Order: sequence, then structure tokens, then C-alpha cells
Amino acid sequence: MKWLVAFGAFWYDFIVGDSIVLAIGGVATLVLGYLAVRTMGEAAPQVIMPAVVLVTLLASLPLWARR
Amino acid sequence: MPMSEVLLVAGAFLASAVEMVETVTIILAVGITRGWRSALIGAVVALVVLLVTVAALGPSLVEYVPLDVLRVVVGLLLLIFGLQWLRKAILRASGLKELHDEERLFGEHVSELKAEPAVDTHAAIDWTGFVVSFKGVLLEGLEVVFIVLTFGANSGRFDLAVAGALAACVLIGLVALVVHRPLSRVPENAIKFGVGMMLMAFGTFWLGEGVGVEWALSDLTIVLLMVLYGGAAAGLVAFLRPRAGVTQPAAEASVS
Repeated sequence: MKWLVAFGAFWYDFIVGDSIVLAIGGVATLVLGYLAVRTMGEAAPQVIMPAVVLVTLLASLPLWARR
Repeated sequence: MPMSEVLLVAGAFLASAVEMVETVTIILAVGITRGWRSALIGAVVALVVLLVTVAALGPSLVEYVPLDVLRVVVGLLLLIFGLQWLRKAILRASGLKELHDEERLFGEHVSELKAEPAVDTHAAIDWTGFVVSFKGVLLEGLEVVFIVLTFGANSGRFDLAVAGALAACVLIGLVALVVHRPLSRVPENAIKFGVGMMLMAFGTFWLGEGVGVEWALSDLTIVLLMVLYGGAAAGLVAFLRPRAGVTQPAAEASVS
């Protein structure tokens, strides 16, 4: 059981890392890209997907923090 | 050679170089405190395990997993991985997170290893040294294996991805052999910045292809995405630096 927890923790750390926002943003890029392809045609996902990636990066940073 | 293949080799090379710098620090610390035999055997065994993993998983990934599924899964993981690397590089370049200090890490490893019971390093393998060296190379190398597998699987060019990664291993290994101390002058954060951008660009590109996007600029899209993400990241560093109370130019910190 202990080994299983350690194994899970390793993969969680490997994929999710310091910020879960990044993993959520990655999945959001996939979902919104898929929906855009199905409903908006060719051009829209080519703008939407990079935009979602940039928003994810922004959201993961402490933009208003002070050291 | 097509542009996407050049970028693929560069990505594998740079990612491997960053991880190798960290690995060399561990091997040096083990070699100096516990003996070179154990340090090098541990490193070589880990390297063999990593190469076998690539050889075993690589071809079967391409053979048994449908291309679109592979692109979605690989694209998603690469994108998340790239975001992690770039976020960390932005935080370090802006001064909100400490830069990776190989000299300090080396000192910490040496102190920890010296605290272990002493051994006759000329007699046999020192298992503490072997395990630390093996674990260090294996864990740092896993990220490289992941990148090589994903790059290779999606492009169908495992040879190029492996060649890029191995070239970095040989180069950094040779430099470490000559310098014989932690490679603290390698611009680790700047390389991480570049690799993060590349992984994000490849990730977005393949994720898009996986869900059915036909990128208007074909492979050139990858370069365009790198420029876009790189520009945004540079802007974010400039925005965050005053908040961290850092006054020197951003470019200087990103390469220190």
C-alpha cells in the first residue's frame, strides 16, 4: 500500500508538478480545441488553442505577488 | 532535413543537456566522497535502464497506439511538461524563485554522503554511492526518456530524438570530465526557458493535429508558436521582475 502511494505520488509530481493549474489548462486546451474544430471550422482552433495555453501560463504565475 | 526534425533534435539535445548538468553534480559528489567506481557503475547501469526503456517502449507505442490517440496523449503531456518548465524558468528569471545553484547542491550532496559510514573505496562497490548515483541518473533521465519517447513516437524518428539526447550526454559528460567540478556556468535557466517554449509549441501542434486541426502554416506553425510563447514569457519576466525587487536586465538573469 505504501509503495502504491509512493508510486502515485511520483507520477502526480511528474505530470502535475508544482501547479495543478497547468494540468487543468492543458486539458482545457484539448477540450476547447476539440469543440472548436467540431463547431467553428478550421481557423478558430488555430487561434483558440494557443490563446488557452497563454491564459494557462498567466493563471499559473503569481502576477500580483511581492517577494 | 525538415524544420520540424531540426527542432526535434534540438529539443531532445537541450532537454538532455539540462538534465545532464544536474546529473553530473550528483555523480561528482558521489565520486569524490564514495569512490569513482561506484559512482560510474551506478550511472552506467541507470543509463542502460533508460536506453532499454526507450528501446522497449518506443516501437511498440507507434505500432499499437493509433496515431491520433498518440498525438492527443503525447501533445497533452508535452504541453503540460513545457508549461511546467517555462513557468519555473520565468519565476527564476524574474527573481521570484531562486536560480538552480549547482555549487550549493554539490555541497549539500557531499555533506550528506560524508555523513554516511566510511568505506574502503578501492576494495569493492560502495552500495551507498552506487544507489545515489543510480537513482540520480535514473530520475533525471526519466524526463529525457519521456521527451525522447514522445518526440520519437509522434514524428516516427526515434533515431533523431535518441541521437539528440545522446549527443548532449556525451558533450556534457566530456565537459565534466575536463572541468572536474559542478557545471555551474552552464546557462541552465536560459536553456530551460528554450526547452519549455519548444515543448509547449510541439505540444500545442500535436494536440491540435490529434483533435483534427490542419495547421495553416504546417510545420512552420511550431516556430510561430515558439515565438509567441517566448515573447509572452519574456514579457512576463519583465512584468514580474519589479515585483520581486530585482533591478538588473531580464536577459542577464535568464542566462545566469
